[in-house]
Amino acid sequence: MEHTANHEHRDDKGSKMGMWIFIFTELLLFGGLFLVYAVSRAKFFEDFHIAAHQLNVFVGAVNTIVLLVSSMTIAMSITAIQKNQKRVALMLLGITLTLAFVFMVNKYFEWGGKIHHQLYPGSDIVLTLKHGQVLFFGLYFFMTGLHAFHIIVGMALIGYVFFQIKNDKIKPDNFQLLENAGLYWHLVDLIWIFLFPLLYLIT
Amino acid sequence: MTSNNSALHPGSYLDQQGKYKGILGWLTSTDHKRIGILYLMCILVFFLVGVTLGGVMKLELLRPGEQYIDAQTYNGFFTVHGIIMIFMVVIPGLAAVFGNFFLPIMIGAKDVAFPRLNLFSWYIYIVGAAIAVLSQFGGKGAPDTGWTFYAPYSIDSNTNVTTAVLAAFVLGFSSILTGLNFIVTIHRMRAKGMTWFKMPLFPWSLYATAWIQVLATPIVGITLLMVIAERTFRIGFFDPSLGGDPILYQHLFWIYSHPAVYIMILPAMGVITEIIPTFCQRKVFGYQAIVLSSLAIAGVGYLVWGHHMFTSGMSDFSRMAFSFLTFIVAIPSAIKVFNWIATMYKGSIKINTTFLYSISFIFQFMIGGLTGLTLGALATNVHVHDTYYVVAHFHYIVFGGMGFAFFAAIHYWFPKMFGRMYNEKLGKIGWAIVFSGFTLLYFPMFILGLQGMPRRYFDYLPEYSGGHFISSIGAFVLITGIIIMVYNLFRSAKKGELAPANPWDGRTLEWTIPSPPPLENFDNEVVVTEHPYDYK
Amino acid sequence: MQHGEVHITSYRAHGVILVLLLFLTAITITITWVDAGSFSVGVAMLVACVKATLVLFYFMHLKFDALVFKVFAGMVFFLLAVVFVVTFFDYLFR
Repeated sequence: MEHTANHEHRDDKGSKMGMWIFIFTELLLFGGLFLVYAVSRAKFFEDFHIAAHQLNVFVGAVNTIVLLVSSMTIAMSITAIQKNQKRVALMLLGITLTLAFVFMVNKYFEWGGKIHHQLYPGSDIVLTLKHGQVLFFGLYFFMTGLHAFHIIVGMALIGYVFFQIKNDKIKPDNFQLLENAGLYWHLVDLIWIFLFPLLYLIT
Repeated sequence: MTSNNSALHPGSYLDQQGKYKGILGWLTSTDHKRIGILYLMCILVFFLVGVTLGGVMKLELLRPGEQYIDAQTYNGFFTVHGIIMIFMVVIPGLAAVFGNFFLPIMIGAKDVAFPRLNLFSWYIYIVGAAIAVLSQFGGKGAPDTGWTFYAPYSIDSNTNVTTAVLAAFVLGFSSILTGLNFIVTIHRMRAKGMTWFKMPLFPWSLYATAWIQVLATPIVGITLLMVIAERTFRIGFFDPSLGGDPILYQHLFWIYSHPAVYIMILPAMGVITEIIPTFCQRKVFGYQAIVLSSLAIAGVGYLVWGHHMFTSGMSDFSRMAFSFLTFIVAIPSAIKVFNWIATMYKGSIKINTTFLYSISFIFQFMIGGLTGLTLGALATNVHVHDTYYVVAHFHYIVFGGMGFAFFAAIHYWFPKMFGRMYNEKLGKIGWAIVFSGFTLLYFPMFILGLQGMPRRYFDYLPEYSGGHFISSIGAFVLITGIIIMVYNLFRSAKKGELAPANPWDGRTLEWTIPSPPPLENFDNEVVVTEHPYDYK
Repeated sequence: MQHGEVHITSYRAHGVILVLLLFLTAITITITWVDAGSFSVGVAMLVACVKATLVLFYFMHLKFDALVFKVFAGMVFFLLAVVFVVTFFDYLFR
């Protein structure tokens, strides 16, 4: 997100407010998707139940833990910057990035497995399934896909912030950019907190 | 109109600034005033394209039977007319043009909170518009679903629906970023001493609008993405043959698209609320009531979407709930009308072009609003659903309301924006023709609708020919009036007499600075002590 | 003017929140393992809401932010909830 330009003074609160409003739009974006999930699930309770068995709870749980830990490390990096511990902050951001990467690798194998078993929207096998199961796999790919896209954007953002800290552009008295990147990353975590039980657990 | 203005007043925003000259200087400028003008020019072009498409449709409907275009072309025309007019003209309309230009000035700021983001959202708008234009050509032909993209037809139609849907998605992104920018601007950049309840009412209306832009647009964004995904991967969210629910599509679409009506009309109400006190030289009646009604419209307006779906097979309970909420939202709208009328009462009214457009706004908005109530009632809705009655209703709101407010705004702020006065006589002639053309064009549609003429048909039975004939004549009168108005404005921007800083004797902050405004609006920091409408 | 006071959350506080979040995750997994049906759906959603609140208030600093941010966030979640309820007016009574 942009931070204030061309004015004599910097407006950290304004910048943060802009980021929060952007996060609200993201929440509503996923909110619409959750609404579709809720309606479809209400209509095809049994089918969703059966189809969800195809997802691996272990993989989902690992990814949940990975995201939660990464959320903590990026939150800690703000503490580190505030305490003027540049190296600690960089290390914490490095861990966050690594965990994000782990999440994506995990996701890659998970999706790969599904596609290998012909469980992707429009495949011959899925089209023979019951309507509710077709919808479940459609929603599974769409929701996790959109979420993964946000992970990638978040990684780019964190990478950018990493170099800003390295080049001393983000300092103990000027860390709003880091905070905004953190907010975005927590949003990704927030979405997953709901995606995980809805897709993997409610079998 | 960029040329020679330095003569009027050196240092204005129209002079070249920065490292680039000419057109490049405009395309790279983050000055909110220049971005406002960029939007104005684009919107004018798209408006004229939309008018032309509408004109061709009315030409086809002049007489029964096929005259100039066949049914499929007609389907494409009303779809494109809708997409252009809704997503590219009226939704950005007042907020992006006059909001950008005047919001910072009216709250005493030098620019919006995120100037670069502001320019960026104009570029997104242009990209979206380009995609929309692109969808009309090539492939399997222009989309024919109507601007609402209703599933399952939008999933089955083999025309360029995907491209058009993508365009609407991108345009929505631009709208979100503008809204975000305005919210932060209003929260963080008001001048010293300008408390919330000393803020003028146009910024207030923009604030309410911005929240709808931010909170409603993402819903349609995800919906349109799902339509694209369905068309590409055969997922079936909304396709009943795969278990999806087409009514769910309508829910999601209208969760955005009904509040979108308020994105159009709230700033229009804001503009009228600025104009009426100025030309009556009277303090606005019920300032707080107007503020609160704006917020109430934004809030309740978010929850009335279902009244577009009364005949689609929703549950009875749901229909009653939405009908009830629809009646509720009429209350704050009516409060505004009472306030405008009460402001005029005993005022020293100056009738000029701006004022004429404003009172015709009130007149037409009332017709549109009251017919909206008949549509919001469940029983009458069944009778007139998807007829010309609906078409007439929303054109009275969108064109007679938002469109006329836009015309009022451009006349009101024209001297400030371009530093020159428009020709008052030609302006009044233009108004008279526009107003009578509008009435001739749309009023007969109410009667046609009650008689049972369905919308979106390129042909009709002979018994409807009288109404259609009058309506088509009205369309040509209206187009003539628009041409006169646009001609007057373009000519005046070049040759009109120089405008003083405060030609209308207004009280809000934009009238305290030179016309056209200097680059950073105010030379010194602004300190506000008085209420914005203190007429003595 | 915007640098009134800056709240620094300690490393330890972050750690505590993480432990809580992981604990709640474990609860959800166990409860859905043991008992199927609508009960576990409710519990899973409730736990998810608690987790989201923890993330919002501590990781996202909402607890230490100005009132306006809390009001905004509350408004947005309230709106989302209302939209769900109003949409289900249709599906529950069809």
